[in-house]
Formats: sequence, C-alpha cells, structure tokens
Amino acid sequence: MTPNLTYVVTVGVLFAAGVTLLLERSLTRILLGVILLGNGVNLLILTGGNAGAAPIAGLAGQERMSDPLPQAMILTAIVITLGMTAFLLAMASRTWLLTGHDEVQDDVEDRRIVRLAEQDADLPDDVDALDDINDLNSLNGVNGGDPRRTHVTEPP
Amino acid sequence: MMTALVPLPVVMPLLGAALTLMLARRPNAQRVVSLTVLGAGLLVAAALLVLTSLHGPLVVEVGGWTAPLGIVLVADKFAALMLVVSAAVTLAVLVYSIGQGLADGDEETPLSVYHPTYLVLTAGVTTAFLSGDLFNLYVGFEILLVSSYVLLTLGGTENRIRAGTTYVVVSLLSSIIFLTAIGLVYAATGTLNLAQLAGRLDVLPENLRLMLQGMLLLAFGVKAAIFPLSAWLPDSYPTAPAPVTAVFAGLLTKVGVYAIIRTETLLFPGGRTGGLLLAAALLTMLVGILGAIAQSDIKRLLSFTLVSHIGYMLFGVGLTTVLGLAAAIFYVVHHILIQTTLFLAVGLVERHGGSTVLDRLGGLARVSPLLGVLFLVPALNLAGIPPFSGFLGKTGLLQAGAAQGHPMAWALVAGGLLTSLLTLYAVARVWNLAFWRAPRAEREGGDGGDGGGRSSVVTLPSLMVTSTAALVVLGVGLTAVAGPLFDLSGAIAGDLLDRVPYVRAVFPGGAP
Repeated sequence: MTPNLTYVVTVGVLFAAGVTLLLERSLTRILLGVILLGNGVNLLILTGGNAGAAPIAGLAGQERMSDPLPQAMILTAIVITLGMTAFLLAMASRTWLLTGHDEVQDDVEDRRIVRLAEQDADLPDDVDALDDINDLNSLNGVNGGDPRRTHVTEPP
Repeated sequence: MMTALVPLPVVMPLLGAALTLMLARRPNAQRVVSLTVLGAGLLVAAALLVLTSLHGPLVVEVGGWTAPLGIVLVADKFAALMLVVSAAVTLAVLVYSIGQGLADGDEETPLSVYHPTYLVLTAGVTTAFLSGDLFNLYVGFEILLVSSYVLLTLGGTENRIRAGTTYVVVSLLSSIIFLTAIGLVYAATGTLNLAQLAGRLDVLPENLRLMLQGMLLLAFGVKAAIFPLSAWLPDSYPTAPAPVTAVFAGLLTKVGVYAIIRTETLLFPGGRTGGLLLAAALLTMLVGILGAIAQSDIKRLLSFTLVSHIGYMLFGVGLTTVLGLAAAIFYVVHHILIQTTLFLAVGLVERHGGSTVLDRLGGLARVSPLLGVLFLVPALNLAGIPPFSGFLGKTGLLQAGAAQGHPMAWALVAGGLLTSLLTLYAVARVWNLAFWRAPRAEREGGDGGDGGGRSSVVTLPSLMVTSTAALVVLGVGLTAVAGPLFDLSGAIAGDLLDRVPYVRAVFPGGAP
C-alpha cells in the first residue's frame, strides 16, 4: 500500500504550522498549534490504514473495505483533543483573569538564575570598561592597580 | 474465573470517581467511597501478584473480542508488582490528603473535585500498567495526564496556573509524539497489540524499527523526565498541594519508566539503544543532582533528586541484562515509595514551619522530633545509606554495571556512586538547615521567642502523620523483604527479556 501524496503533504503542513504556533508565548496560539497538530496526527493515522468502502458487513467484500481500526483510533483521539482544547481554553481564560494576559511565563526560580547568569556575563564587560578607565587613571597617576577599586572610589 | 480480577483495578476507581462526583455535596461519603475503592484496589493488586507469580500472566479480552481484534488487558508479574506498589502509595496519599482536608477545610483544595479526579488518576495509572495494546496504553496515559492537569491546577491560583501551563503544554507535546508513533507503528505493522507487535516489528527494516523505537522513547522520555527532556518537572511539581506533588513524584514518572521498560524489552529487544539510554542515564543522574544542590527550596530540591534518580532506573534498563533490569525494577519499587514519603514529610514540614524555603526554617528537630524522624529515615534511604533499600537497589545496579563490564557501564557505576554521595549531601543540607540548626528567631537574636513560638503551637493532624509514618515503615520494611523482592524482580526481568511468556499468554497458539 502506498500512501496518498495529498494526505502526506497535508499532514506535513499541519505539523509544520502546529509546531510553529506551539513555539509562541501566547496560550491561545499554543492551543491553536495543539489543535493543528492533533488534526495532523489524526490524518497521519488515517493514512496508515487501507482506503475503501465503508466497513459495514454486507456492503462490500472484505478486500474492498476500508480499515476501520484507524477510524476508531481517530475518534478516540478527537475526543481527547476536544477535552484538552476545553481545558487549555479554561486555563487561558484563567490566566487572563489573573494576570491580564495569557502568556506562558518563565518559572520564578529560572528567572532568578538567569538574572544571576546575566550578572556574571556582564562582569567581564565591565572589567574591560574599567580597565580602560584604569589605564587612564594610571596615566594620570591616580589609584593605579585594581580596576574594581577605581569603580568604587571615584578619584575626586 | 481468576481473570475476572484483572479489569478491577481499572473499573473500580472509574466507578468510584462517578460515585464521588455524584456525592459532591457530601464530603464524608466521598471519603468513604474513595477509601473503599483504593483499599479494595490494594487487595485486588496483591491477589493479582500472588496469582501471576503462581500461574503466569492473566489475560482478559475486553468485551469478548478475540486478541488481535479487541483490546487485551494483561496482568503479568511486572504489572502486578507495579499495581501493588501504586495502590499502596495512592491509598496512603489519599489518607494523608483526607487528614489535610479535615484540618484545613476546603480553602486551597476544593474536595468535591479532588476525590473524583484522584480516582480517575488512579484508573489511568492502572490502565497504563495493565494495557496489552499500544493505543490503550496511550488512552491510559491520557486519562492520568488529564486528571493530573486538573490536580496540578487545583484552586486556580496564579502560581499553579503558571506552573500548570508549562506542564500541560509539555505533556501535550509528548502525547502528540506518542500518538504519531502509534500511527506510524500501525501503518508499518497493521497491529497495535503488544504481543503481536513483538513478532511483527522484528521483521521490519532496521532503520524503520529504530525510528519507531526512537519516537516511542522520546514520548516516554518526556513523561519519565529523562534529561534533556526533564526541564518541565522541577518547575511544575512543587507548586501543587503536598499530597498531589507526592503522588505525582512517586507515580507519574514511574509510569513513563514502566512504559520504557515494557516497550524496550517486548517490542524492541536487542539493546540497540542501550548506549543511548546509558548516556541519557548518566546525564540525568548528574545534571539532576547538581540542580538539587543549587536549590534553596525543599520541594524543588526533591524534584531535582527525583529527576536524578530516574537516571538509576534508566541505567538498569540500558544495561539490557537480566541483572540490570532486575535491579532497575527493584529500584522503581523503592523509589516510588521513598519519593512519595519524602514529599509527604515535606508537606508536614510546610505545615509546621510555615514554609519550605530553607532560609526560613530551622530547629524543627527540636520542636518535633517525630517530624525529624519522618524526614530523616526516607532521606537517608534515598541517599543509599545501608541497610535501607536505597542502598540495596544502588548496590544491585552497580553490581549489574560491573558485571556487564562495558566502559560505558563503568562510567555509570562511577556516576551512580557520585550521584549517591551528592544526594546524601543534598539531603544532609536540608537536615542541617531545616532541622538541626537553631530556629530562625533564635538565630536573629531572639526577639522574645514569639516568632519561634508559632511552630510549637502547631499540632500536626494525626491522619497526615500516620499515613506518612506508614509509608516510612513500608520503605524501611523493603529492606526486610529485599531478598524475596530481588528474586521476584529477577524473575520479572528474566520473563521480560525472554518475551515468550507474555506473547504465549496473549496468543496461546502462537501470534497470528
């Protein structure tokens, strides 16, 4: 069995669009991404089974029937996606109520660590800048040596 | 007749959930129903463990549809063991949360939603353990995940919504990866029955198999919180109510580990990803524990040790030897109990000291020696101090690593030892700062003892203490039954690597 090219391309586009939306900060866009991804996966599962007549006994021969199992799975997956959509919408609405926006926020602890890292990263730059001041100072014969001291006690 | 027991761990909590939902206005009736359901679940699980040990795997064809067409529930020794441990843990946490709810009223945890959701979570966990079908495994995962979303965001406070968003989005992504993998597996093999897949995947081209295996590993890796897929865990777990965090930490990641063990042994034997798993295990252990050391909040610290110790289980799985797998299974049992106990104990610390931030705590051992014991024993157990089960589990893993003898295995032996030491350091730090040093008021010059007086007034609800103590005793008791348990996990590991008992149980006449 070879998969239908239209299906495959559609699945690809749905996945690409879904992942792009998933990378957004706004919860509503993430939700749209999840829905697109969910539809993409459903179509992918459908592609995995044989196509054919409706799988009802008596309507068609067994060989000409479509595979009913992927359809059953998709039905389950649709129900799950529906539930998740409702839950994410509720969360977005709650976030909006509480904070006035629905953006996914960084963890407090993570932000603290990032700030520390930024401070560390800033330090060498400062030292370079201070070195320049220091060079000037030593030319003027003031406060030679430690760049940090120059920073703390400005020459009068 | 014996097989009638198999669906009960799934059906009972679901019926219980419906019943507790109808009894939303009667908290006492809700409690009775939940306790009855989970208590009965423990008995059924224990019976299943005995039956499967005596007679081999029990199989139920749901709805009477024969095996490859319908869905099967399979209770083998591995599933039964996990059922017993999870039932014990969920029951203890339920008692703890009832104690907390009785003491607090319904402020932060609206109990009317709590009981049904908690029971549905239990049903999801048991479905995942019993499932003999890849799609049913997905459904089990979804059931437990959706209820975990609700439990994590209970009350809808700003902090919980923020933490919950990360958790929900990451979990959704892993579910989508899992579902994609299922679609591809079905397209490649035409079946989702695990026993039938075991045969059909073997004959697929090598690269296709590797891709399917990789996708499933990725999906389960997020759920099991394996580095680098673990970043969501320490951000989301600590904000939930204490009993919720405890049951999540104990069970949910282990369901991911269970799924990894099941698929790696049954569907993709041969250990082609063994090296990858070992490398991930080493990184998970080290990155996790280094993160734990840097934390200043006990809950976050424990979440990081949780990530770190997932590495131990992965280590055993990655070795792909009977010894390694047996030690990993033993470690899963040990870790479910211990990690849950620790989070429950920290919940007590939070009640007693008013916070879980290390800077604000102090002198708890003097104020409440009982609380000290309840924290110290599982903490030492986690770090792997003899004679506790943590020591035995780690020794088993290290022996298995040494026996395999590959350079990577030796690197993991070294990494495991280092992680164990650093875990000891991390929990000792908590002990010193929160329990051992002088209370905060005294440290800051003793402003009349009023600040320190608060904690001595607090009495801990007896139900919370009792359930935590029961888990502590159970954790210590693992040492006493370590011999039989190791024999059992050895037998499980043998069966898993053999694959034949599982397949023959589902298809007595050979897989079609």
